[in-house]
Amino acid sequence: MSNTAASAVEPKRASAPAARGPATSAPVNAALSRDAKIALFRTMLRIRRFEERSLRAYQAKKIGGFLHLYIGQEAVAVGCCSLMGKHDHVITAYRDHGHAIAVGMELNPLMAELYGKSTGCSKGKGGSMHYFAPDKNYWGGHGIVGGQIPLGAGLAYGLKYKGLKGAAMAFMGDGAVNQGAVHEAYNLAALWSLPVIFVIENNGYSMGTSQARSSAGELAKRAEGYGMEHGVIDGHDLYEVRAGMDKFLRAAREESKPAVVEIRTYRYRGHSVADPDNTYRSKVEIEEYRRTKDPIQVFQNTLLVEGVLTDALIEQIDAEARAEAETAAEFAEVSPYPTPEDIQSDVYWEADNPSQRKSHGRLFFD
Amino acid sequence: MPIFTYREAIRHALAEELTRDPNVVVMGEEVAQFNGAYKVTEGLLEKFGPQRIVDTPISEAGFIGMGLGASMLGVRPVMELMFWSFYSVAFDQILNNAANVRYMSGGQINCPIVIRGPANGGTNVGATHSHTTENVLAHHPGVKVVVPSTPADAKGLLKSAIRDNDPVMFLENTMLYGLEGEVPEGEHLVPLGLADVKREGTDLTIVTYGRCVHHSLAAASILEKEHGISVEIVDLRSIRPLDIDTVLASVAKTNRVLIVEEQKPFASVGSQLAYMIQREAFDELDGPIHRLCTVDAPAIYSPPVETEQLPNPRRVLEAALRAVAGSE
Ligand SMILES: Cc1ncc(C[n+]2csc(CCOP(=O)(O)OP(=O)(O)O)c2C)c(N)n1
Ligand SMILES: [Mg+2]
Repeated sequence: MSNTAASAVEPKRASAPAARGPATSAPVNAALSRDAKIALFRTMLRIRRFEERSLRAYQAKKIGGFLHLYIGQEAVAVGCCSLMGKHDHVITAYRDHGHAIAVGMELNPLMAELYGKSTGCSKGKGGSMHYFAPDKNYWGGHGIVGGQIPLGAGLAYGLKYKGLKGAAMAFMGDGAVNQGAVHEAYNLAALWSLPVIFVIENNGYSMGTSQARSSAGELAKRAEGYGMEHGVIDGHDLYEVRAGMDKFLRAAREESKPAVVEIRTYRYRGHSVADPDNTYRSKVEIEEYRRTKDPIQVFQNTLLVEGVLTDALIEQIDAEARAEAETAAEFAEVSPYPTPEDIQSDVYWEADNPSQRKSHGRLFFD
Repeated sequence: MPIFTYREAIRHALAEELTRDPNVVVMGEEVAQFNGAYKVTEGLLEKFGPQRIVDTPISEAGFIGMGLGASMLGVRPVMELMFWSFYSVAFDQILNNAANVRYMSGGQINCPIVIRGPANGGTNVGATHSHTTENVLAHHPGVKVVVPSTPADAKGLLKSAIRDNDPVMFLENTMLYGLEGEVPEGEHLVPLGLADVKREGTDLTIVTYGRCVHHSLAAASILEKEHGISVEIVDLRSIRPLDIDTVLASVAKTNRVLIVEEQKPFASVGSQLAYMIQREAFDELDGPIHRLCTVDAPAIYSPPVETEQLPNPRRVLEAALRAVAGSE
């Protein structure tokens, strides 16, 4: 443990333990080079600094609508997405910034999207909840709780139909598990052996409702009803996430086996920034998680123990992450808004590709 | 020209597109082994095998959403809804995913999916099974909506729909599955968004689509013979995109309009049409636009009364006489 280290993350809360479990020596982690480990740490920190910067922009009224921060959950997206191969795909809900950065999206277009600018990743048409990067196998960013899960099964169906060896990871929250569409997707995936892993990011709460007040039974175990594999992973420890998910991803890619995986995590901020966060959980609880389980802190300490990180390197990486987030905010600030004329593009493929249009008649009715 | 039923025409369109493009997959409840709840897909399993013709569980949100996800990767699923009435349990997938994903991604994604099945009343199956959903679907920018009335149109439009890169909602009619008609030989494509004048006339334009085309044709021949009224019938075929130009050209010719639709009146397809006609052809109109709809209540079961709730040739005839007389 490195309590004295110049913690880049939360200087006063540097008591999180270093990871020591068997996951550390799991092949998928043992195979990581020093640079790869640093890159994972960097990605988690970039997510956090990006979101902290976006929160300031929100408070400065630069951003409209909802802003659901991923702070505290970074090891989940980074751990899972770091395992992606060429034919692996990701889809998630509205708490989607972490996954976007983890699959390799640039901060500038992500921040610009929050600002509603035309340089945003969805040209300012999607907003915080609807980030997409199909070129990085990232299929959103979906605002309806559970609605993305059948699409995730469909990505797996597409892989299987095309004979590609890959897996789809369909992320959802602990609240989403009670949606009918999720269960329909479970059944289809199991029935047809689709290479999809349903990843429940269990942060303990769906908005202000604790898991105990919303879900009967154990979340991942519901897979048993469908004859699917399932598992529970500690999402505070990046090595655990990678080791645990690697097993399921391999089974999906090699044997086309679906699974339901619950990854235990915690969000440190309110449900969205509009949530004053003072009705459904205690400050003590939040503080305890931050102090002992912060995934960035845990991994930082692990890498310090391993001798991969040094205080100087941590400081450098953090400074770079902060600067990158700041640059993204500046980029977003100076970028233009879409124009009213842009409202009606990107609705129909045919309307956007007039030279290839085959249909006649009016598509819009103003 | 060879004669086929509406059902066969749809089946031929499916078979031709399955043969042409290996990415086309037909999926739905009972489409494979059972040969289709309405036998539309009869024989396709035998011909194309279980990879291409797929029986799904009764799980509309699940399989429609799954088809959409697969379409994002370039599969071209043709999903059968046993009745369009069941779209309600898959509605989120249709309106939030099919219609919105392209937009929310800033144009990075398109969903080349077709969802097809019957949407009609008249078979005494009561309120849960008789919804006509074209107005609700067409309300959502991002999806296209097609309602063919004849075997030739059904075939040509379905082939175009399968090749379309946007999500297309294809609404058939169980009362028309047995209808026979000429279907051109060889590759027969009907573009979306092109209306068809099914009968020419000079005194009244009936704008309609789907099964109501046939009610209107029946009424028109009586109007001609017994009342000396010459009716022009414009079959929209496609609701979105909409060929308003053909409608307006007909209105300019007849100066009187009756809209006939198997829709409840509130915010129907006809409401939109009436708005557009008055807005764009006000000076051409010799009287108010008339509209004949389904009587405004949930679908009644009682067989003889259901016929009276829906548009039928007699109701069309009466409405046409009112429209020509300019009376209520
Ligand atoms: C169908 C639907 N119902 C309700 C909401 C409003 N809502 C958005 S997020 C949320 C809580 C979901 O919690 P969970 O699935 O645990 O995900 P988390 O926010 O914790 O990541 C609710 C109720 C919604 N977006 N969609
Ligand atoms: Mg939650």
